[in-house]
Amino acid sequence: MLYSEKVMDHFANPRNVGELEDANAIGEVGNVKCGDIMKMYLKIEGGVITDVRFKTFGCGAAIATSSMATELIKGKTIDEALTLTNQAVVEALDGLPPVKVHCSVLAEQAVKSAIADYYTRQGIDPTPIVGEIGGCDSCSCH
Amino acid sequence: MSKLVYMDNAATTPVSPEATAVIAKALTEHFGNPSSIYSLGRDSKRILEDCRQRAAAVLGAEPQEIYFTSGGSESDNWALKGVLPFLSKRGKNHIITTAYEHHAILHTCKALEKQGYSVTYLPVSEDGLVSVDAVANAITEKTAIVSIMYANNEIGTVNPIAQIGALCREKGVLFHTDAVQAVGHLPIHVKEQSIDLLSLSAHKFNGPKGTGLLYCRKGIVLANLIEGGAQERSRRAGTESLPTIMGMVTALENAVADLPEETARLTGMRDRLIAELSKIPHCRLNGSAEHRLPGNVNFSFEGIEGEALLLMLDMNGICASSGSACTSGSLDPSHVLLSIGLPHEVAHGSLRLSLGRYNTDEDVDHLVKVLPQVVERLRMMSPVWEEKTKTGNFYFQD
Repeated sequence: MLYSEKVMDHFANPRNVGELEDANAIGEVGNVKCGDIMKMYLKIEGGVITDVRFKTFGCGAAIATSSMATELIKGKTIDEALTLTNQAVVEALDGLPPVKVHCSVLAEQAVKSAIADYYTRQGIDPTPIVGEIGGCDSCSCH
Repeated sequence: MSKLVYMDNAATTPVSPEATAVIAKALTEHFGNPSSIYSLGRDSKRILEDCRQRAAAVLGAEPQEIYFTSGGSESDNWALKGVLPFLSKRGKNHIITTAYEHHAILHTCKALEKQGYSVTYLPVSEDGLVSVDAVANAITEKTAIVSIMYANNEIGTVNPIAQIGALCREKGVLFHTDAVQAVGHLPIHVKEQSIDLLSLSAHKFNGPKGTGLLYCRKGIVLANLIEGGAQERSRRAGTESLPTIMGMVTALENAVADLPEETARLTGMRDRLIAELSKIPHCRLNGSAEHRLPGNVNFSFEGIEGEALLLMLDMNGICASSGSACTSGSLDPSHVLLSIGLPHEVAHGSLRLSLGRYNTDEDVDHLVKVLPQVVERLRMMSPVWEEKTKTGNFYFQD
């Protein structure tokens, strides 16, 4: 298993790791059986993601993709964050081994799941805005 | 980071200086083909037969019962695929093995099932041991061979081989043992333990890679696996790898020469590791503490994943392995850890440390210093750990 230097950097020095006390959007995806769980905490103010934290149970790639995803959405509007794709996470990390691409899918889903939670808390159905968030079954490793 | 702490000796070992010197000399001085007629070839043949005699002596076998192979996987494949053609013609088409064998046995069994053989995969206890009674109950009049590993490669548990051997002998079925993890680390005597076939691999006891042997008791009909020239009494074709065979036998003799002292040394380091790691909250030693290889430590840590653990240990100069799915390249964690009843989630967070001849007390000191910090760090970023600490819903209660 060969990881890029960027993956190893984000694994060894993860950005935005931890919990966010005043988060108003929290999403969790993955399942322990597969060995990956990502939890994303967002602070959204005026439609902008002003702060973000994550916690991840998983391999080096799972931690690195979570870290990179938080960097890519911090300071962005909700609309911009919703355009984040797993491919963008992979590219920002200078690539992932093929068997680890599913980790980037989880990172994308974690962001969407947190934004969906933001709308749900306001009594708004998130599905028309966020779309369907695939579960573990939809992940490419199955 | 100054020194490399290598604690993955169950994966492979460095070649000993003694074996290295023997191999290096043989590569240029004994390059003659043992099948050649001139004196250079005859010398090689004489050395080859001397190696066979020495290997046999260590194992309690006779020289004509030793077949040199490319290693453990070939020996395992050959043992099963070699004895079945003769026995199946006599109505014996049933194999008994265990759920936690090495894949060299499990995948061979799967392939044999496709050819029409039936296979019983015995479960193992939570301690990771095979029960002699379970073997006895599984034997039928159709049973051809029982294949049970001597010691497990992941959790290091050591099975009651002599009892299983005696049982099989009494019932008239063949007994093969994959002793890849045991040879050079435990006292073995194939006659006294009623072992009919045994696989071993040189690189697990400071010998070279790509070399091993199959012991097959004389009188057993063994079909060829590799066809070609008349090497190994026409049983296994291919020009013999004399230098590495010489290296293997040197390493084997060295390993058994100081076995009691080395066992005591490794056991001391192993038990210190077990005692220290047990202090980490919500973790457990996998596999029997009593019936265990001298150098094996296998722990599960709740709330973290094994590959991340290995990467962080590597950043601290420590080489180890894990049974997590991410390190196996598949979705499921180790079949061995699942076989002893660990849930997937806990199996993902496992760590195997395997000590060898060149490990020191300083290595243990370093590991014991680094590992608790690494586990703590990963737990701090784990949502699973967060959930467990909030709910108190731990799998391993302290």
